[in-house]
Amino acid sequence: MKLRRTMLYVPGNNPNMVKDAHIYRSDSVMFDLEDSVSVNEKDSARFLIFQALRCIDYENTETVVRINGLNTPFGADDVEAMVRARPHVIRLPKTETAEDIRQVDSLISKVEKKAGIEEGSIKLFAAIENARGVVNAYQIALSSPRLVGIAFGAEDFVTNLNTQRSKEGLELFTARQEILMASRAAGLHAIDTVFADVNDDEGFRREVELIKSMGFDGKSVINPRQVSIVHEIYTPTFEQIHSARKILRAIEKAEREGSGVAAVDGRMIDKPIVERARRTLELAQLSGIYLDEIEEEESDAQ
Amino acid sequence: MPSNAAGREIPSKIAGLDLVKPFEGAFVNTPLVRKQKGSRTLPRLNKLMESLEQAILNSELKDGMTISFHHHLRNGDMVLNMVMDVIANLGIKNLTVASSSLTTAHEPLIRHIKNGVVTRLVTSGLRDKLADEISHGLMDIPVMFHSHGGRARMIESGEMKIDVAFLGVPSCDVYGNANGYSGPSACGSLGYAMVDAVHSSKVILVTDNLVEYPNTPFSIHQDQVDSIVQVDQIGDPEGISAGALRMTRNPRDILIAQYATHVIEHSGYMEDGFSLQTGSGSISLAVTNFLRDVMIRKKYTASFALGGITGSIVGLHEEGLIKRLLDVQSFDMEAIRSIAENRYHTEIDASYYANPHNKGCATNKINVVILSAMEIDTSFNVNVLTGSDGVIRGASGGHSDTAIGSGISIIVAPLFRGRTATVVDRVQTIITPGETVDVLVTDHGVAVNPKRQDIYDRLKTKHLPIYTIEQLQKKAEKVTGRPEPVKFEKRVVGVVEYRDGTILDVIHQVKD
Amino acid sequence: MKLIRTGKAGTLESSDVMITVKNNPANKIEINLQSIVEKQFGRHIRSFVEAVLEEMEVTSAIVDIDDRSALDCVIRARLETALYRAAGITVFRWEAIR
Repeated sequence: MKLRRTMLYVPGNNPNMVKDAHIYRSDSVMFDLEDSVSVNEKDSARFLIFQALRCIDYENTETVVRINGLNTPFGADDVEAMVRARPHVIRLPKTETAEDIRQVDSLISKVEKKAGIEEGSIKLFAAIENARGVVNAYQIALSSPRLVGIAFGAEDFVTNLNTQRSKEGLELFTARQEILMASRAAGLHAIDTVFADVNDDEGFRREVELIKSMGFDGKSVINPRQVSIVHEIYTPTFEQIHSARKILRAIEKAEREGSGVAAVDGRMIDKPIVERARRTLELAQLSGIYLDEIEEEESDAQ
Repeated sequence: MPSNAAGREIPSKIAGLDLVKPFEGAFVNTPLVRKQKGSRTLPRLNKLMESLEQAILNSELKDGMTISFHHHLRNGDMVLNMVMDVIANLGIKNLTVASSSLTTAHEPLIRHIKNGVVTRLVTSGLRDKLADEISHGLMDIPVMFHSHGGRARMIESGEMKIDVAFLGVPSCDVYGNANGYSGPSACGSLGYAMVDAVHSSKVILVTDNLVEYPNTPFSIHQDQVDSIVQVDQIGDPEGISAGALRMTRNPRDILIAQYATHVIEHSGYMEDGFSLQTGSGSISLAVTNFLRDVMIRKKYTASFALGGITGSIVGLHEEGLIKRLLDVQSFDMEAIRSIAENRYHTEIDASYYANPHNKGCATNKINVVILSAMEIDTSFNVNVLTGSDGVIRGASGGHSDTAIGSGISIIVAPLFRGRTATVVDRVQTIITPGETVDVLVTDHGVAVNPKRQDIYDRLKTKHLPIYTIEQLQKKAEKVTGRPEPVKFEKRVVGVVEYRDGTILDVIHQVKD
Repeated sequence: MKLIRTGKAGTLESSDVMITVKNNPANKIEINLQSIVEKQFGRHIRSFVEAVLEEMEVTSAIVDIDDRSALDCVIRARLETALYRAAGITVFRWEAIR
C-alpha cells in the first residue's frame, strides 16, 4: 500500500521552501512550475527544481513536479529538464483528454531514452481541473501505464462551471465522484483538491473527513500546517484497530477449526469485511502506529 | 559629670556600651532632615538635582570608577547615551561600564571608548556595530560577559563594586520611590535595576515622569537613592516594548514548536502544577500557544511561569492556566499592564531570579524551560553570544541560569539558517555547558542528551523524529557543506564568565 | 557560451542569491562576491562559480553575486539561469548540465 495522504504544494521559485520541503513529513511534495511561478520566472524555477532534485536528499518523501501544460511555451522544456532531474512523478495540469496524457507520456519516453534512464521509471499524475476532464475521466485513467493517480483541481473547475466554491461543496460532488470512480476502476489513486483558507481549521477538517469517507486516498495541501491534520484524520483510531484485529482473529480461528463461517458480535464476516480489516491494519502500520504496543495492551486487558 | 545638649547628665562609661556618645542636638547627626521646622513655604524635601551634570558632580564620580545601567528600556534606551555624553564632557576617563546588557541603542559608546572615557565593559551582551568593533579589537581590556544570575552574584558578593548606578526609571517621586509600571516610558519589571539600587555606593535615578509622593508600590526604594534627575525622555516607547505579539505564521517555526510541545507533553515534566519559562522568540510564543491546548485537554494548570514575561504568558495566567507569574523583565505592553495591575504578577530582582550563591533562586524551581541557540555542538554546549563567523552579536542572558535549574531544558532552533548550520562539531563560544542541556528540537529532528536516558525512554515511542546529535550535525553539514574555520588573532576581546564566577570560555579577536 | 547582454536571476530573499552576468570587455572571468557568509564560504563560493562557468564554457564574464546564504544547488541554478538569459539562448542543453 503506498500512502499519498498528503501532497504538499511548494512554489517552484522559492529556495527557502524548496531546500527542505520534506521536513513537514507529507507523503509527497509537489514542486510547482505552473501557477505559482510568474511567466518571467519559468526558466528560474525550472533550473532551481532541476538542481534541487539532483542535490537535495528528500529522504522518504515522494517527489512530484507539476509542469506547465504542453500547450504552453514552457511545457516541453519542463519535461526535458524534469525527466533528467528524476522526480518520482510528473503531474500534468488541466488534463482534458486521454490524448493529453499520451502526448506527455511519449515525450517523457523520448527524453528517458535520450538521457539513458530506464523507460517507464518516471510516473504520471493527471490533474483534472475542468468539466471536459471530468467527463473524460475514465479514458484518462486508462491512457498510460505511467499513470498512478488523478488529482482534482477545484478552483479552475468551478470557474469553468460558472459558479463558486461553497462551504458544503455541492458543486464539486459529481466531479469528485467521477474522478474517484475512474481512478478506482483503473486501479489508481484519487487525490482531492486544495483547501485554500489556511485559517479555517474547522472547515478544513470537515472537508478532509468528507473526502476520506467518500474514498479519496488523500488531499493536496498548500500549507504545511495542514499536513498533520490530514494524517491525523487518515490514521485509524484505536477502536478501528481493535475491531480489525478482532475480525482477523475470528477468521483465523474459523480456518483453524475448519468451520466455513466466522462471526464477530453476532455479525457474519464475509470477504469484504476481512479485506477492509486487513487494509485498516496496514494503514495503521504505515501511519506509524506501533501495533505491537497495542497487542500488549490487548493481552493485558484479557 | 558633663551634660549633653538636652541638658542631661550622662556618665562617660556605661556597662554594656563600648563607647558613650553624648547627644549633640537633634539636627547635628541626621543630615537629611529639614533644618527648619515651622515654615510652610519651604520647598518640599526632595532629591532632585538641577541637571545630570549636577548629579554626577555630586556623586563625586572619578576616573577609573565603575558605573552601572540596566537594560529594561531595551532598544529604546536613551539613558546610557545621555549620561555618557555628560560624563565625557566633564572630562572623566577610564570608567568601567557595567550595564546589565547593551543593545542596538548603545552604538554611541564606540566614540566614548575611542576617546578613553570607557576602558572596560561588563555586560551580558553586545549587538550590532559596537559588538562588531569590539570583535575587531576596539578595546584593550576584554569585555566581561556574564549571565543575569552571575551579575547579581558578583554585585551581591562584592566582587564587583559599583560606584555610581544610573537607573532610568519610568515613574519616580521626589524622594526616590520608583517603579516601571507607568509613564510614557513604562517598561514593567525593574528586576535588574533593583540589585544595583541596593548595592551601589551612589544611586542616581533618571526619570521623565515625576509623580506624587509616595510613589507606591515601588521597586526601587527611596532609602536606596542619592539623587534624582528629571529629563524630557528616558526611552523611545517603540524600542522599549512590542505591541501585542501575534503568533508566527512561519511554517518552520510552527513545526519546531509542535515538536517541542510534544516533547514537553511526554517528557514526564509536564503534570498538574508544573512550572515553566519560555522566551520571547517566535518559536517560544508558538510553544506557549500549543501548550495551552495541551493544558486544557489534560486539565493541567501550571503553578508558575518565570521570565521574561510576555503577553502570551499573561493571557494563560488570566485564563487561570498559570497560577502565579514571577517577572524579572516584562517584554511587551500586555506584560507591563499586567504587572502594574495584578498582585499575582510579581516583580522579582535579578538575584532572586538567578543568583546561584544566594539562599535559593527562582531558576532552581523551574520544571520546563525553552531556550534558543545560535549554535549547539555535539556535546550539547550552546552558544548564544557569537555568530558562526566568530563575531559577537548576542547575549548570555538567563540561558545558563535556567538550563541548569530546570528539570528539562529544551533548545529550539532550525537545523540550519541559510547555509549556516546550527548543529556543529564545536561551538565558537560556550555560554551554557552541555551537561545542563537536555533536548534539542529542530525542524529536521530531535536529539536527546545521552545523559538523559530517562527522557529518551519516554520519548522514543512518541512518533518524534529522534536522532543522535551527531546524526543531526552530519545532516546539517551534508546540506550546507563544510564551512571554512574562522580565523582569529591571539588577542582576547571577551571573557565568558559562568554563573558561578569561574571562567567558561574566551573570545578572540576576529581576523579579517 | 557568449554573453550578449546582461542576465539577472534570483532574489535577495533569505537563502537565495541574486546573480547578474554580462560580457567582460577584458575577455576573462571577473567575480564580485558579496555574501553574508563570506568568512565561512566565500572562497568555496568563488571557486564553485568558476567551476560552473567552465562547465558552461563561459570564458568571458563579469559576475556580480549578492548572496543571502544560498545553498550550492541554488547558486548553481541561479547562475545557470542568468547565463542562459545573458546568452539569449532559449534552447537549453540539458545533457550538458550536471
